[in-house]
Order: sequence, then structure tokens, then C-alpha cells
Amino acid sequence: MMNKSYKVNEIKPAWKLIIHGIIALYAMLCVVPFFLVVAISFTDEKTLGLNGYSFIPAKLSFDAYSYILSGSSMVLQAYGITILATFVGTFLGLLVTSLYAYAISRKDFRYGRFFTGYAAVTMLFSGGLVPWYLVCTQLLHLNDTFYALIIPYLINAFFVIIMKTFFQSGVPDSIVESAKLDGAGEFRIFFSIVTRISLPAFATVGLFLALTYWNDWWLPMMFIEDQSLVNLQFLLYRIQNNMVFLTSSLVSADASASVADMPAESARMAMAVLATGPIILAYPFVQKYFVKGLTLGAVKG
Amino acid sequence: MSKAGNRVKSSPSFVREFNKNKSLFLMVLPGALLFFLFSYLPMPGVLIAFKDMKFFSSNLFVNFFNSEWVLFENFKFFINSPDAWIITRNTISYNLAFIVLGNIFAVALAILLDEIKSKYFVKAYQSALLLPYILSWIILSYILYAFLSPDLGFINKSILEPLGLPSVMWYSETKYWPYILFLLNTIKYTGYNTIIYLAAIAAIDESYYEAAAIDGANKLQQIRKITVPMLSGIVIVMILLGVGRIFNSDFGLFFLTPMESGALFNVTNVIDTYVFRALRGTGDIGMSAAAGLYQSAMGFICIITVNWIIKRYDPEKAIF
Repeated sequence: MMNKSYKVNEIKPAWKLIIHGIIALYAMLCVVPFFLVVAISFTDEKTLGLNGYSFIPAKLSFDAYSYILSGSSMVLQAYGITILATFVGTFLGLLVTSLYAYAISRKDFRYGRFFTGYAAVTMLFSGGLVPWYLVCTQLLHLNDTFYALIIPYLINAFFVIIMKTFFQSGVPDSIVESAKLDGAGEFRIFFSIVTRISLPAFATVGLFLALTYWNDWWLPMMFIEDQSLVNLQFLLYRIQNNMVFLTSSLVSADASASVADMPAESARMAMAVLATGPIILAYPFVQKYFVKGLTLGAVKG
Repeated sequence: MSKAGNRVKSSPSFVREFNKNKSLFLMVLPGALLFFLFSYLPMPGVLIAFKDMKFFSSNLFVNFFNSEWVLFENFKFFINSPDAWIITRNTISYNLAFIVLGNIFAVALAILLDEIKSKYFVKAYQSALLLPYILSWIILSYILYAFLSPDLGFINKSILEPLGLPSVMWYSETKYWPYILFLLNTIKYTGYNTIIYLAAIAAIDESYYEAAAIDGANKLQQIRKITVPMLSGIVIVMILLGVGRIFNSDFGLFFLTPMESGALFNVTNVIDTYVFRALRGTGDIGMSAAAGLYQSAMGFICIITVNWIIKRYDPEKAIF
């Protein structure tokens, strides 16, 4: 993206330094606050009570993590729900979105325009929260089901349009036509040719979907009462608002642990760190697709 | 393949098209069904706002048809409540601030980033700038709490206390929240917008700058006369898209980060959080639906207006 070669037009090193300074300062504003949460999660509970939250643990402690990871059913269960919803949701979402986008990207599909409009309208108009909620709960009966954490996010028009644009520019008509002449059906063409030459499109939308599912707390907040279906983010939400939740979700399985010596403050921050972990770890690998996807989305407005 | 341009209106040609492209129809089917269930089906549901919704059974249609029409009763309650004005004011003023200052900030940052000719630095900065974007509002609310917690928070404990200043009860002082919310929104979304603008700058033809430099234009002049005008198209579209959504707000920001502190509602309550609380908290479906319809209707007017403006300015970029 930044391959320009300036020769006549380079700015002076002093200016460059100032620019670096400004951007670095802002970049730190984005990153450094997160380290506070990490630091708290590694700080000894008594020290926290005394000194408050600080960037440098006065006394290092791993109690919070060992507490969370030692046999707490609810936290592990929430982790499991989040992982399952993320995998299933991303996979199904990609399938539904890409099939739809591919069909409407085909020039010889005469109803392609209709279905493009049909998707686009949903970006502009909505019935609002109440009718949506009532359709989900009283018609589809999604409340307190695992499906509720997946189905509502499976398709959205923005991703459809991103993928359609990819297919239009990246899948030459001639390939499709020649495959057809060779006797391949549409699904065969899609799965054995299109999916292979459009990997960046799948990576971009897949990443957005995975992020949506991993970070979701809205769907469980709307639909989930059942303790066994609570996902990570929603568990964090409940803990944030009510410390009792932390106690109950950590101690329930482990009878030997007593509530009194539970590292509550550091434990909740440790849970936030654990909920972020996989995203941060995956981040460097997927960043290039992410940036690509963003800029493509921007080109389409 | 066939590029026959004959119009499709009559059913026989639809049947022919369907037979020819059965597989393609099959491909759009799951998505079309999902759009229908989650987007189209709720649309006529705005009529709930004119009903006194009662729940007789677990079937939505039974409940809907058996509920009484009360016409504008729900709206009267909503408009007469003091909340109507507060949430409208908050929603619009926060959004305006986010749109105007947020875009100025992102453009400035993109221009600065473009001046850094090192690929590695740009990549590193991009990673940092995007980090808040990929974190959920829950995590961000934890980070905020780590700073603002009244008894243990970093600001009270590690900054104000050593300076001998009194602690601030952050979660009950309304005067700080407009700034806190603005700062959070900026940190979360500026990275995203900056990358979009950076891509647009990268697409500007290099020869303009070279010609300008040879003619003796300095950097500032180049930015003013080349970069900014070339970016204005996309900036205007981004602003207009923001205006089209001015009655919607980022639920996570307004609901999670103030930790639902009632003391702050005056400056943190927006239409989205109000509708949610009326629906899930107090269970006041009528009020909630009325506020939701008010939001949808105003949003509709905004989108139509914005689209009309874009059409006059650049028909290519019109949404429909």
C-alpha cells in the first residue's frame, strides 16, 4: 500500500521525527491502557487493596489465573460456548454469505439485481428493536437456545456486498464459462474454483464474522437466561456489574476454595485478559486481510 | 453466457429463468430466507407501536391480532416523558461531535501517517491503532474501569492521591462523561477510519505531488491543494453516511462504559439504550416500540435526505 517512492519530495528529518512522535503518542493511547488491565491481573490481591490499580505490580502474583483455570465450571463453559459459537457461526456465515454474494455477482443471473436490492434494503430500513426482538422470541423461539447466539448474525448486507465486489473483480467470467462447458454444475464451480481463487475475500469476511461472534454480548443479553448458555463476553458483563457473579462462577465447582481468599479484583481483570487473548494472538496473522477488507469496504462506501 | 436483455415481468419467463438457473436460486435461498426473517418480517412490526401489546400466547401473530389498537397513546406517553427530549438531544449531539471531530482527526492522522515512508512503521502504527477496534466494548469498559474505579482506579489512586487532590467519583459525576464518551469513541474508531483515508491517499497519483514539488510547493501547500481536495469526495460520503445514521448510536459505548450508572443517565442515555431499557428492563413494550418507531422514522427521513444530497453532488455515490 505504501510503496510510493519520493525523492524530490521527502520532508525534513526533523519534521519526520515530530510526525513520528505525534503518531507514536496516539498509538500508545490505543495500546497502553490495555496493559493496565494485564498488570492488575498479575498483581497480588492485598497489594491491590492497598495501592490501587497500577501499571507496575508491586507484588507479582499468578493467583488470579490459577483460580480461574482451576476447575471453575462456569468460566470454562463460557469459553466453550464462545469458541463453539465463533467456529460454527463463522463457518455457516461464510457459507451463506459467499453463496448469496456469488449468485448475485453472476452476470447471467437475471434476478441478481433483484437479490442485490433485496439485500441492500436491509441496510437502509429496519423495523427497530422491539419487532425484531418479538420475531426472534415469539415466532422463531430463539430464547434460551444456542442458535440464538449464531443465527441472527449469519448474514448481513455489508458483508454480502464486500464479497460480491471481490467476486466481480476476482473471478473472470471465462473461467466460469469454460468450467460450464466442461460439464461442471454451479455448486461444483463454486466450491472447487471460486472458493480457491477468492481466498482473500473469505479471509476478510471470515475474520469480521469471527470477531463479531467472539466479541458478542448483545445476543446473550437479549435472549439468554440459562446459565449454561452464557458466553464469555456476557459473563464478563455480568461480573462487571455484579461481583457476586464472579464469586459464584468461580467457586461453585471447587469446594475447597473459599470465597474469603478469592482474588476477586485481579480475577476479574484476568478474565478480561483471557477473553482478549485469542484475538490478540491471531491479530498479527490476519492484519493484512483486515486492512484489505477495510479499504475494500471503503471503496464501496 | 446469454446476455439477452429482455425484461422479466411475465411468469413464463420467470419459470424459464428459474429452470435455467436453479442452482443459483438455490444459492441465494438461505441468505434470502435469513434476510426475510430478521430484516423484512420485523418491518411491518412497527405497527406494534400503535397497539397495546398483550401476550396471550407464545405466538406473535395471535398476540398481535388480539391486542387492542391504541393509536397514538404510546407516543403521547413517550413525547410527554422528560426522557424524550434528553435522549434525542444526547443522540444527536454525540453523533454530530463524533462525525465532525472524528473525521477531521482521522484525516489528519492519515495525512501524517502517509508522510512516514517506512512500510514497517506504518504497519506497526496500523496494528496499534486498530487494537481498540477489535476489542469488544465489554473489554473496553473493563479498561475504563481500571482507570476510573472510585476506590482503586489508576487516576484516583496513582495520580490524584499522590498530588494531594481529592478523589473523583467518576461514575456519578455527569460533567466528565461527554468527554469520556468522546475520547472512547475516538480511540475505538479512529484507527478504522484512518486506514480508509490512508488507502484513499495512497490512490492519489504521485505525479501531482512531484509536479507541485518541482513548482516549489511546500508540504503544507501540497496537502491543502492536492490531498485535501482529492480526499473531499470520500470524506463527504463518510460524513453523509454518518448523518444518515444520526439517530442510531453505538449501544455498547453508551450502555456498557458508564456501567449503567443511573446518576449519569442525563448525559449517557440515548435512544438505543432507552429503547432497550424500556423493553428488557421495565418491560414497557408500548413505550419502547413508540420510541423505536420514532427512531426508525427519523432515521428514514435522514437517509432519504442524505441520499438526495449525494445524488445532487455525485450521482455515482448515491446509495439508491
